[in-house]
Amino acid sequence: MFKILKYSFYDLARSRWSYVYFLFYLLLSSVLLFLNNDLSKAIITLMNVVLILVPLIGTIFGVMYYYNSQEFTTLLLAQPIKRSNVFLGQYLGVACSLSISLILGLGIPFMLYGLLQSTAIFNFLILLVVATFLTFIFSALAYNIALSNQNKIKGFGYAILLWLFMAVIYDGIVLISLVLLQEYPLEGLSLTAMLVNPIDLARTLIILKLDISALLGYTGAVFKSFFGTSQGFFMSFLLLFVWVILPIIRIFVVSRKKDF
Amino acid sequence: MVTVNNLHKKFNQNQVLKGVKLSIEEGKTTAILGPNGSGKTTLVKIILGMVLPNQGDVIFNNENIKNSWSYRKEIDYLPQIANFPANIKVQELINMIKDLRNKPARDKELIEYFNLGNYLNESLGNLSGGYKQKVNLLLTFMFDSPFIILDEPTSGLDPISLIRLKEFIKQEQAKGKTIIVTSHVMNFVEEVASHVIFILDGKVYFDGSLNSLKEQNKNVDLEHAIANILKENNV
Repeated sequence: MFKILKYSFYDLARSRWSYVYFLFYLLLSSVLLFLNNDLSKAIITLMNVVLILVPLIGTIFGVMYYYNSQEFTTLLLAQPIKRSNVFLGQYLGVACSLSISLILGLGIPFMLYGLLQSTAIFNFLILLVVATFLTFIFSALAYNIALSNQNKIKGFGYAILLWLFMAVIYDGIVLISLVLLQEYPLEGLSLTAMLVNPIDLARTLIILKLDISALLGYTGAVFKSFFGTSQGFFMSFLLLFVWVILPIIRIFVVSRKKDF
Repeated sequence: MVTVNNLHKKFNQNQVLKGVKLSIEEGKTTAILGPNGSGKTTLVKIILGMVLPNQGDVIFNNENIKNSWSYRKEIDYLPQIANFPANIKVQELINMIKDLRNKPARDKELIEYFNLGNYLNESLGNLSGGYKQKVNLLLTFMFDSPFIILDEPTSGLDPISLIRLKEFIKQEQAKGKTIIVTSHVMNFVEEVASHVIFILDGKVYFDGSLNSLKEQNKNVDLEHAIANILKENNV
């Protein structure tokens, strides 16, 4: 598996898109630091961009890489390598190379700005950890979609829809249901809704760590009492972890039954 | 060496194999023949574990291949259509496959044999069909495994390369290797194979020596014998 991972990683490291992605984040974080002139504020702005973009890039890259390397995959499958290792290796190659572009792209400008001497370092680390989780989650989901769809156009379509749903539509549905059900106690519902969607979970985690939960109003207080404790914090990371593991398990199961 | 029992495979509505039963003898070269879409490639891919049968099993060296992958160490496989990642160079691909199989390889010798020396730093996407097939052959024969599966090995080759390929196969036969070959070029089959398995309508229609197939159909050459079978069965 590690050999496959190594080759997928090299392959992506040579591709132009990894650099474009890296340079984009480099530019974004430099510009934000320059404009905000303050680490904590830059982190907040960055969060808003990262929460939308990281899942999008993870989804598109995951699908694209799967379809692009189909020929290579069939070549590998005829070799004495375990099937699941081929797919797991490729997936980890994509997820790791995206994560490294992201961590370096965001990390370098912040380091140069003096992150290490600042108190915001933990907030920034949380942002990076959460963004890495999102990369792993969404490239795994995209890999699943690509595995189940022979037709590239359909695969891309479903992948974009998935992103749109998670990043945009889901919030809308939650909001509407909160409005419709406003006569009932909603803390439980809204809390569950936040926990189920990885993007919302990531957002809430960061916001609460940044101590701007006042922005969240009354529900914020509920969240604070849940996430603020180490137990809640632990629980949310556990859920992010589950979000990574479940799609990976499905990659195993589907790839074992598929014909090539 | 390989025994196939009651193999069934369906792709959506299309029932490709309907109870194929055959055995490949060690040290012989067996040609698998059949009209287009008769399931030759599917059969070969099932033996390799790339396609999973709906029913039936494959025994390789007394071991069921289900959920196993290590038996592929004994197999060299030439895929029908050589689709390689376009952006990598010939030499890189060779090194990569060598690294993955972790076995001594005779790549230098084969690069010379198939005249690929000048193309090693070329990207695979820039190669012509014939050269891709040569790279394909090189990757297949590189490891000197005892069992070889060739799916349409002649496609795209010029006459000189074809002669070289036949010579090479003869050398491998002399070493006592077991070879399966599928092809539509009957002259080629006649030259390399001693045993023929003919698949028709998802089943084994004929399984015997090359000569007995010709005798049975009272034809001197294989091409007409096969055409005869196809006509009789309205294919």
